[in-house]
Amino acid sequence: MAALSRKWDPLFVLVLGSLVFSCKGDVLKTSNDRTESISATKIEESSPQAADLGDLRQSDEAESNEDRKAFTPPPPNDQFQEEMVIRPLYSGDIYASFQFRTQWDTDFLHDGKKVSHYRLFPKSLGQVLSKFSVRELHISFTQGYWRTMQWGQPFIPSPPGAELWVWFHHTVTDVDGNWKELTNVLSGIFCASLNFIDSTNTVEPSASFKPLGLGNATDHRFLRYATLPREIVCTENLTPWKKLLPCGSKAGLAVLMKSEKLFHSSFHSQAVHIRPVCKDWQCTSTAWELRQTLNVVFDLYTSGQGKKEWSLFKMFSRTLTEACPLASSSKIYVDVTDNPGGELFDLSPSSPLISTAVVLGDRRTYSVYDLTKKETFGQLRSLNLLLRWKGESDDMLRPPLHAERYVSGFGLQKGEIHTCLYNSHPYRAYPVLLLDSLPWYLRLYVHTLTVTSKTRENKPSYIHYQPSKDRLRPHLLEMLVQLPPHSVTEVTVQFERALLKWTEYTPDPNHGFYIGSSVISALVPSIVAMDTNSTRDRPLFSSFFPTKEESSYFMRVYTEPLLVNLPTPDFSMPYNVICLTCTVVAVGYGSFYNLLTRTFQVDEPSAPLAKRLANIIRRLRGVPLL
Amino acid sequence: MGLLSDPNRRKAITTARILILNMILVLHGDSVVCYLAGIAWFMGLAFEPFTLRTYMSENAMGSTMVEERFPSGERALATAREFAAHKKKVGGMPVDWLVKTMRAQGLEVFTQSFSRNLPFPDESKERFVVRGTNVYGILRAPRAPRTEALVLSAPCSPGNSNNQAVGLLLGLAQYFRSQIYWAKDIIFLVNEHDLIGVQAWLEGYHHTNITGMGYTPLQGRAGSIQAALSLELNSDVVTSLDLVLEGLNGQLPNLDLANLFHAFCQKLGILCTIQGKLQRSDWDTVEGYTHSAQTMLLMVLKQASGRPWGEHGLFLRYHIEAASIRGVNSFRQYKTDATSIGRLFEGMVRKLNNLLERLHQSYFFYLMPSLTRFVSIGYYMPAFGLLTTILLLRALDLWVHLGTPTPVTEDGVGEGESPSSPGLLSVLTPVVISHLTGVALYTLPVLSQEMAVEHFPVSETEAVVLTAIAIYTAGLALPHNTHRLISGEGTEQGWRVLKLVALLYLAVLLGCTALINFSLGFILAVTLVPAAACVTPHVPKALSAVAMVLLSPGCTILYCVFLFQELQEVPVSLAEGWMLFLSVISQGILDHALYGSLVYPLLALLVYPCWLLFWNILFWK
Repeated sequence: MAALSRKWDPLFVLVLGSLVFSCKGDVLKTSNDRTESISATKIEESSPQAADLGDLRQSDEAESNEDRKAFTPPPPNDQFQEEMVIRPLYSGDIYASFQFRTQWDTDFLHDGKKVSHYRLFPKSLGQVLSKFSVRELHISFTQGYWRTMQWGQPFIPSPPGAELWVWFHHTVTDVDGNWKELTNVLSGIFCASLNFIDSTNTVEPSASFKPLGLGNATDHRFLRYATLPREIVCTENLTPWKKLLPCGSKAGLAVLMKSEKLFHSSFHSQAVHIRPVCKDWQCTSTAWELRQTLNVVFDLYTSGQGKKEWSLFKMFSRTLTEACPLASSSKIYVDVTDNPGGELFDLSPSSPLISTAVVLGDRRTYSVYDLTKKETFGQLRSLNLLLRWKGESDDMLRPPLHAERYVSGFGLQKGEIHTCLYNSHPYRAYPVLLLDSLPWYLRLYVHTLTVTSKTRENKPSYIHYQPSKDRLRPHLLEMLVQLPPHSVTEVTVQFERALLKWTEYTPDPNHGFYIGSSVISALVPSIVAMDTNSTRDRPLFSSFFPTKEESSYFMRVYTEPLLVNLPTPDFSMPYNVICLTCTVVAVGYGSFYNLLTRTFQVDEPSAPLAKRLANIIRRLRGVPLL
Repeated sequence: MGLLSDPNRRKAITTARILILNMILVLHGDSVVCYLAGIAWFMGLAFEPFTLRTYMSENAMGSTMVEERFPSGERALATAREFAAHKKKVGGMPVDWLVKTMRAQGLEVFTQSFSRNLPFPDESKERFVVRGTNVYGILRAPRAPRTEALVLSAPCSPGNSNNQAVGLLLGLAQYFRSQIYWAKDIIFLVNEHDLIGVQAWLEGYHHTNITGMGYTPLQGRAGSIQAALSLELNSDVVTSLDLVLEGLNGQLPNLDLANLFHAFCQKLGILCTIQGKLQRSDWDTVEGYTHSAQTMLLMVLKQASGRPWGEHGLFLRYHIEAASIRGVNSFRQYKTDATSIGRLFEGMVRKLNNLLERLHQSYFFYLMPSLTRFVSIGYYMPAFGLLTTILLLRALDLWVHLGTPTPVTEDGVGEGESPSSPGLLSVLTPVVISHLTGVALYTLPVLSQEMAVEHFPVSETEAVVLTAIAIYTAGLALPHNTHRLISGEGTEQGWRVLKLVALLYLAVLLGCTALINFSLGFILAVTLVPAAACVTPHVPKALSAVAMVLLSPGCTILYCVFLFQELQEVPVSLAEGWMLFLSVISQGILDHALYGSLVYPLLALLVYPCWLLFWNILFWK
């Protein structure tokens, strides 16, 4: 459906802004024509300021590329990097994030040329990419909900359940057909129920999901987005995911991935991101990047008898002995920002390498352990990082943006969905894009849509609404909302619960129906830019004008999914009724049918002898026969 | 006028008259039989061979094995003492201490403050302007997406009571935090000002405002609440645990919740009661039967009152299965320690945690003559059906009377009177007037309290109650006024039509009430049906009027108060009973204002006007 409002400008500011990530290592500081064409289409409708855009990286990549300069590029046209970031969280939990990056300088989408020799890149995925002309693919499986208020921001956000979004190549004619086949194929590759993705839960977001790789696609007809909030992630999904790694789980960081431990955690998320990236500095040709990420949050309270200390062995029940031999770089980063003087915790063995990076708008310091170097493993030939808490950590800075969602009201007829967007920034207002995809059985009353912040109406500058069609497609609601500083913005919309046909209920109808998370994408003013007063380890001359790449960063927040009860018939009663009616019908119809179709003939049995005799006598006497 | 002269016709009419009279006689007989059968059926429900044994319907709760390991009952009591000390120091709810303690246990802690001005002072709880704070901590289940939650609540009561419950709640929170098997978030709620706090919290959680409560919005939520348990321990020594099921407007939680409680009490060897009554095994003796009849009657009376009998009662409106568990000190030898109660809760919460769907398999409409026996809706409804049949029979009787020509009276007047239906006005006027009285009864007591306080030396609460009684009594004087309005229209046909209308009205009213709240419908039927069935203008006025008043809804409440006290084995004298009656009325009005209980508006706006119609018929001229 057409956009309700045509105010595109703020939208584009946001979209453009989201591209302005700086990555220290391999950023293309653009000077040639090629780069301009990379982000071209997105830019063509807007101002020329886009010319100096960097590539489209997610900000968390910054630290991963920190030490690239020390690395001499190998001759083969593919390379593999692995790394792990460990961040002690304020709540006492431990956040461990793995990233595995395979880059291959080839082009799957070239017509006629069939790619058949695979080295590091998994063949199963490569074939999928070329068969379905996929330009970009992002898939995540998450068990649990990221607690932004306790844990801060994740490196790569993902909603509970499964999420899949794909940009197809613009030559694809039957996008829906490709999408359907693709989901079925992926379902097989990842052993997940992605085949439940159909037209009733697929949407084409117009603004929220832009390509993260190179590409000039902005026509959202080639984008498909779907979530399965009910999808449960377990070992069976982890195993195929691990098999995509060049070293499998035999060597390198992946040996730590014992499912028994990974699923004994507060949060587990695994993802695969495939996108085209630049091959080199000049970006003369493209390469494909496969990035496999795994994020886990360990609750060491429950397993550690209340003591806040962790080690690799405690978390994963393994220690590290080597890097993956195929990897060109293999590193472990431990966030030691909060521990500058070592008064908060002890980290052993300590590492001489320290790296600083701006991650998610905050300046962080990391201890780096390079697994490709022998001395990292020490004399024991095994690395077991150990961290002991000494003091109590103070309160965490509230993340600048977080959101929550709930259903209000009672009864099974109507309800209201509330989405609360919190802007905790003390003085900066910023716009956010809200994407809501609701199934058709919640009949939205769109006229009741209200956006209020600070008890005043807050008119969204852009609304894109696509109404649902029963049993065909979901509601899609996208809007651009300006969040005033230090405020709560509440988006409410009422709905009516539809009465389903009795075959449409799930086997456990009284559990309720899951409604996927809504997605909030925003360019958030960074914390680094916020503390202009702080002269902490920064020279005065550097802090007057906040540098551009640090001033804001892209952030995506997922709200919790909802569980909504629909009016549910008592299914035991229809069952009884069906049984009874069937019996009655069977007996009644059977005997009636029998009566109707049977041909009745007068049967003249031969009378018994006595009777025949009597009749003869009667006939003789002239009396009527018996 | 040739009718009387024609012997054939005369004969035919006489035959018809005899037939009709016979039919009426039969109907009268039937009415008595129906009434007695209804009462007998109802009383028979408490007889054990006629009832069903409870059984766990929910497979997810039945087959799963749960091992209770809660170890720290003593520590919970220590926490309770600490809580008590802080409570005393602050002189109310120690919000800061609770927040700190819960946060130290690793919960996400939030507070909610609320305020509520009561329409008039609540004398039994000594409150008028209520301000308070709820503290709740959410234990997030690992790898759960915040879609489902369970609630454990304990009220922070004034004085020294219920500290153990809060201590135990905190102890459980501590223990639950270190377990890994949670699939649903668990909310630990400590609420102030008992039900008002719970009401504020629930309204905040569901973002509704039904009762005009002022509250701050909640910051933390955990999805849709699947079940709730409320704990009250009013004494240091607990000998048995009492299960409270009756909720707002007579709603009951799913029977499986009661089964769950009973199953764990059996497993842990805890004495458990319902309505404060232990189970007896001697069902075949008179005492055994009386015991279960008392238990059932208590449940009926509590359910009929329509008020929440524990904190759980307010959850039921939101389709959250909930029950209150109350520790009772009945001075028996047997003692239950805090560890066992903790284990009971642990077991129940773990089984609820294992649920895949909301509790829906078992009954929602039932009566319990004991914890192991229940009467389902299919068994108790016939008792009510027999009572309403009387109304329908009488209505049929009147219908027949109205349909046939008026019987000829001895003095030869009969055919001369046109059998035309009486004017609509003569029926409508009493209906409208009695309903206006009902509206007055509903609105005036609260509205006019200030005026009453100015003019009479009474407190506000007394003013409200006495105004209500005054309006109720004043309503009795109305029929005479009605007649003045429609003077000359008090025909024989008139009262019959009016009675027909009133009978059908009452039948529908009671039927609907009984569907929602069987106990209320049945109790009203027991007293209203005889009055409605027998009343005509031709019975002796004074005697019938006394009988009518004795069978009116107001007196029904009075009897219920006495019966309730009798069944609870704390009989009261007449004066005390009267005081109780007054407080019951004020509580009923308060429950309506605070929690949205529907009994008071039902009685004032529908039942009382309906009864007034019959009163009107009695004084028909």
